[in-house]
Amino acid sequence: MDLATKQNLINLAYVVAGVLFILGLKGLTHPRTAVRGNLLGAVGMLVAVLATMFHHEIGGTSGFLLIIIGIAVGAVIGAILAVKIEMTAMPQLVALFNGFGGGASVLVAWAELAKAISTGEPNGTTANTAIVASGLIGAVTFWGSLVAFGKLQELDFLRKPWQITGQSLMNAGLGILAILLGVAVVGMDGSGFMYLLLVIAASVLGISLVVPIGGADMPVVIALLNSYSGLAATATGFVIDNNVLIIAGSLVGASGLILTNIMCKAMNRSLTNVLFGVMQPGAETATADEVYEGKIKSTSADEVAMLYDSAERAVIVPGYGMAVAQAQHAVRDLTDQLESRGVEVEFAIHPVAGRMPGHMNVLLAEAEIAYEKLKEMDEINPTFAQTDVVLVIGANDVVNPMARTDPTSPIAGMPILNVTRPRQSWSSSGVLAPVLPASPTRCSPPTTA
Amino acid sequence: MPLTHYLLDSCCGIPPVFAQQASEGPNLITGITIFVLAIFVGFEIITKIPPTLHTPLMSGSNAISGITIVGALIAAGQGQSGMAALFGFVAVVMATVNVVGGFLVTNRMLEMFRKKKK
Repeated sequence: MDLATKQNLINLAYVVAGVLFILGLKGLTHPRTAVRGNLLGAVGMLVAVLATMFHHEIGGTSGFLLIIIGIAVGAVIGAILAVKIEMTAMPQLVALFNGFGGGASVLVAWAELAKAISTGEPNGTTANTAIVASGLIGAVTFWGSLVAFGKLQELDFLRKPWQITGQSLMNAGLGILAILLGVAVVGMDGSGFMYLLLVIAASVLGISLVVPIGGADMPVVIALLNSYSGLAATATGFVIDNNVLIIAGSLVGASGLILTNIMCKAMNRSLTNVLFGVMQPGAETATADEVYEGKIKSTSADEVAMLYDSAERAVIVPGYGMAVAQAQHAVRDLTDQLESRGVEVEFAIHPVAGRMPGHMNVLLAEAEIAYEKLKEMDEINPTFAQTDVVLVIGANDVVNPMARTDPTSPIAGMPILNVTRPRQSWSSSGVLAPVLPASPTRCSPPTTA
Repeated sequence: MPLTHYLLDSCCGIPPVFAQQASEGPNLITGITIFVLAIFVGFEIITKIPPTLHTPLMSGSNAISGITIVGALIAAGQGQSGMAALFGFVAVVMATVNVVGGFLVTNRMLEMFRKKKK
């Protein structure tokens, strides 16, 4: 078989892989078909990998040995992480995987550059531009994701958002520097040293972009980094002139952008505001005493139980606190108890509840709560008036009425769940301290969940 | 001239693989075309995915972005010594973690969604 025919066959296999990726994502449009969809995606990946093994540039014992060892090591690490991870820790795992995708893009582009330098055959302007894009997006993704991982894992030195004066200015400077270095890489027809500097500048930029962002904004950051990891793969596709990378990368890029947009809308903030805006404390800082006085009651488990006895419909509002407390199984027990007494139970899921899109849904699914019971904000909000009891578990901003009433609040204008409308609202946050500065939540002290 | 010959020889008689290396123009445009169309396909499909599946969507699409493994394999498998091989090898490891871990963890999550309450 001659080289051209072989390459054409490989490219056809890549088309098959691309189609499988699209069908796989399509499967994710319904929980019933989602497992199969994910499987289709995995098969697509297998097809792409197997086809690549016939690539004319791959050969020799040392080449195959490197590939086999690399795949073995990666597969073991990946499998261990995937099997061991707690469902509550899903956001940091996704952040970590995002980062690895970006890192791989940086290195593939670098390898392509190193090859051109060692063989003395320059890549040409198009490929070099793509190499620059891969390095830039990939390095920002890699380091940004690692910082996001550290924040979500609550590593000590990242626990508080780092605010440096003039950070936006520094980021803009780093961005411009990285672009200039990129121009230098292309202009010098593939300079390895300039590429190294570019990767360093982009790495610092990635860290500096994510470091000041607080935990509550993490859903946006993770979604955006997800998009970047896709775009990095697309850029790498242009580097090695490979269509399946372009297709897969674009799909992921689009997916991440859509999620980012949904998250931003759910917080009534623009992407620029999340990325560059500094959280200003509200103008008038009401003390907790002023805010809560006369509006809340402490209670005991027995009293709450009596309340539920007389209820016909209860809504549970989970938040990040449920994840932290690993309370999803307790919530499920409560749900079972209530349902056995004839109470209708539904869950109100705010789009930014938790630390990543869909975080609450996964936790509740882990506790075997049927997905039909999980309602989106727009769907459940009108029903609060007919609800007897609302239990807020570890949620704060997403039910905070100050988003509506106080224009100076940092979360002003954010769409919230109407939990103050029903007859009784109970919070088991455990603390009255608000997540955001100067945004006290009207909620009651701990009860049992 | 038969059509197949015409297609193969359309670029100065050089077989396509080499023609790609010789001229970048048409490939770049093809790439951009695919990029733009794939973005539209992505938007169409992904806007239909319900919020309840957004976490599996992220981890699953993340696994798909591990397609960079294709580039990593080519870089690692050339039997070259030095930087290219080293970068290729590390890239293979990273991309494999991304792919294997991503699909497995997505599967784990989706199985939970499929489980019906007894």
